[in-house]
Amino acid sequence: MSATEPVILIDEAPVPFKPGETILNAALNAGVFIPHLCWRPEFEPHGSCKLCSIVVNGRNASACTMKAAVGQEVEVDTPDLHAYRRTLLQMLFVEGNHFCPGCEKSGDCQLQALAYDSEMMTPHFVEFYPRLPVDASHPDVLLDLNRCIQCELCVRASRDVDGKSVFALAGRGLASHIIVNSPSGRLGDSSLSATDKAAHVCPVGAILIKRVGFKTPIGERRYDLEPISEEATRCAIESRT
Amino acid sequence: MAADSDAVAAILRRRADPTQLLQILREAQEARGWISPETARAIASGLGAPITRVESVVQFYSFLHDKPRGRYRILFSDNITDRMLGSLALFEHMLKRLKLSRGEVSPDGAVSVDLTSCTGTCDQGPAALINMRAITRLDARRVDELCDLVRAGVSVAEWPADYFRVEDNIRRAGALLGSHYEPGSALRAAIALGRQGMLDEMKRSNLRGRGGAGFMTSVKWESCRNAPGGERFVVCNADEGEPGTFKDRVLLNSYAERVFEGMGLAGFVIGAARGLVYLRGEYSYLLEPLEAKLEKMRRGRLLGASICGAQGFDFDIDIHLGAGAYICGEESALIESLEGKPGKPRIRPPFPVTVGYLGKPTVVDNVETLAQTTEIALHGGRAFAGRGTRRSAGTKILSVSGDCARPGLYEYPFGVRVEQVLMDCGASDVAAVQISGPSGVCLTPDEFRRHIAFEDVPTAGAFMVFGKERDLFEVARNFAHFFAHESCGFCTPCRVGTALMRDALDKIADGRGSRYEINELMRLAELMRRTSHCGLGQTAGNPVRDTWLKFRPAYERRLIRGEFDPAVDLDAALARAREIAGREDAGAHIGA
Repeated sequence: MSATEPVILIDEAPVPFKPGETILNAALNAGVFIPHLCWRPEFEPHGSCKLCSIVVNGRNASACTMKAAVGQEVEVDTPDLHAYRRTLLQMLFVEGNHFCPGCEKSGDCQLQALAYDSEMMTPHFVEFYPRLPVDASHPDVLLDLNRCIQCELCVRASRDVDGKSVFALAGRGLASHIIVNSPSGRLGDSSLSATDKAAHVCPVGAILIKRVGFKTPIGERRYDLEPISEEATRCAIESRT
Repeated sequence: MAADSDAVAAILRRRADPTQLLQILREAQEARGWISPETARAIASGLGAPITRVESVVQFYSFLHDKPRGRYRILFSDNITDRMLGSLALFEHMLKRLKLSRGEVSPDGAVSVDLTSCTGTCDQGPAALINMRAITRLDARRVDELCDLVRAGVSVAEWPADYFRVEDNIRRAGALLGSHYEPGSALRAAIALGRQGMLDEMKRSNLRGRGGAGFMTSVKWESCRNAPGGERFVVCNADEGEPGTFKDRVLLNSYAERVFEGMGLAGFVIGAARGLVYLRGEYSYLLEPLEAKLEKMRRGRLLGASICGAQGFDFDIDIHLGAGAYICGEESALIESLEGKPGKPRIRPPFPVTVGYLGKPTVVDNVETLAQTTEIALHGGRAFAGRGTRRSAGTKILSVSGDCARPGLYEYPFGVRVEQVLMDCGASDVAAVQISGPSGVCLTPDEFRRHIAFEDVPTAGAFMVFGKERDLFEVARNFAHFFAHESCGFCTPCRVGTALMRDALDKIADGRGSRYEINELMRLAELMRRTSHCGLGQTAGNPVRDTWLKFRPAYERRLIRGEFDPAVDLDAALARAREIAGREDAGAHIGA
């Protein structure tokens, strides 16, 4: 930390930031974990999952969209924010159909990892058990809407990186869901390829590459080895150096 | 299908731009009442847009359909005030007479009957929309007549005009509603003042936005004028979706010139040449008369190039129609919708004054705010600031409905006491007043001496009166259903939270709720207030919180004594198993 570098205070500790940087970026780079699902460093922030809810100078905000500025006193790790995040995770669990033991993504899933990290013991709410489709029509990629958390990372990746706009979010409220850009509406008839960015950004098990299931055994996967709070900050710091 | 593709081609010739998508879909739907897959494909390929772009818009808006809806599409307004006037019984009566279930299309494809959010006719309900035309003052006889007309296949254009009569019901006219207005006078006055002079009058007036938030209008105009960028826009927010509000309907019906001139004044001050009115779909029937008024203003040189002969003052107005989405009243969602997208609120900042419509600096003002600016142009800011209170200048129009003798519009200087309004509208034995709609505040008699003003009880205009016999739990439940239906789904807390609140209230209504559900509701309300993306989610818990605090007996008499009753009825869950096993003995039941 150089003497001239501007800082914000996160839970009373100084955290340096570069001008224009968001609070989430600054925090992760400094080794301070703020939970997030719809955010990835290479994309524009979306601000929809609200896992990164924080308090800045007494006001509620999202760390992924709020720019860091001198004079900010940020609360991240407080009992009520912690409880909100856990409740938001429970909401995501009950609005979809998430059965971790039978999911290929288990151990590598950010939703599951955050649930462990926030000490979520049960889904708490009554499950909605919506009837959602599985689209296995693509030769290399599986789309399972039961596990979708509507982070729109696939939407952004396909549009902004792959230049294909294969995915979009349609509908309103609880009926919001991912749709596929193809004449039949099925993934197999779309221009998605297994090497597309969009096929690899899903934080949960809604978009999976076929025929590589269980290549890494359960117990040796990303979040089996390291809690997400440590993995995310380690990756952020490593990518800077 | 050739006719369909011809129709689409004709629409696309006029509107060949993806930002027009919502308007294109609305027009394309007029022929058949729904958007067929062929129509959707034709529009997508005509615009060079992915089909998902079209589908995501169709599936977002309540009044766009990707399945057939019948030649007669009947939607009963489902605001609590309609319910208090017996709308649900009439709705059920119509379903029974037409042998339909809710939302079902009759087998001959003739008719569908469903509910919709408040249609802005609470002063003359129960109300409905029939093929997007408002029908007011429904009663059993009228519903029977409607059923007969539907069965006889009479086209809606030939139905008695009296059905579609929408009254203004101005009960108390103040400085704005009561004054005589000479068309063009505000524009000429502003031209005489000059652009800076008009802005100075706006500053002196202390006018604050009438849409609810109460932001200082002159600050908005000045920020927009000073924002970097060439082209600028003026947007009139006529998406009057807050249940219980209908003042903008009247302003657009009888004071439209003043609203349009107000837009012209904003354009003059900020240097915009284009204005857009975002008119809610429920007010589609106002589109033609409004277009006619715009045409008349163009002929009178009150719109177009060199307005009133002033060189360099060019301004014109387009009207965009919404399609049934309350969230579009939020200004950044409204701008998304104007751009032909689903109406989801943007991340703010940046605010529309710097990055608005098409990314350009944009002023978004409420209908009533814009109408008020004509008063300021004519009589000066000081005169305007002389009315009302020090912090809430001018007059406010209230939309009064519910349990009172004279529902309608009441214009008062800011600062009027709630009890004064109640006396004037002929309300007695009042249990509560819901101010500013479901997202506002519920007041009880001990609060009726409070003032309507930004510094005390702020309001966008709704004033719903509930008599002593009303059940405030059912009011809160109606509002909870409304929010769950209108949540855009963008952020987790609102998308899931509004549904969880709705379900918890339904469980209590079922007689199966306990203190556990109350605790859950309060916890959800707080979570949503603190973490939701926009005002909808942040305020969606207010009605439950207010009514639980102030009308506790309405909840308590429904709650079971125990700690908790599971949502899953285990015995009912075994019904299918009993059927398969052919058993009905006591051993095949749980806890019965």
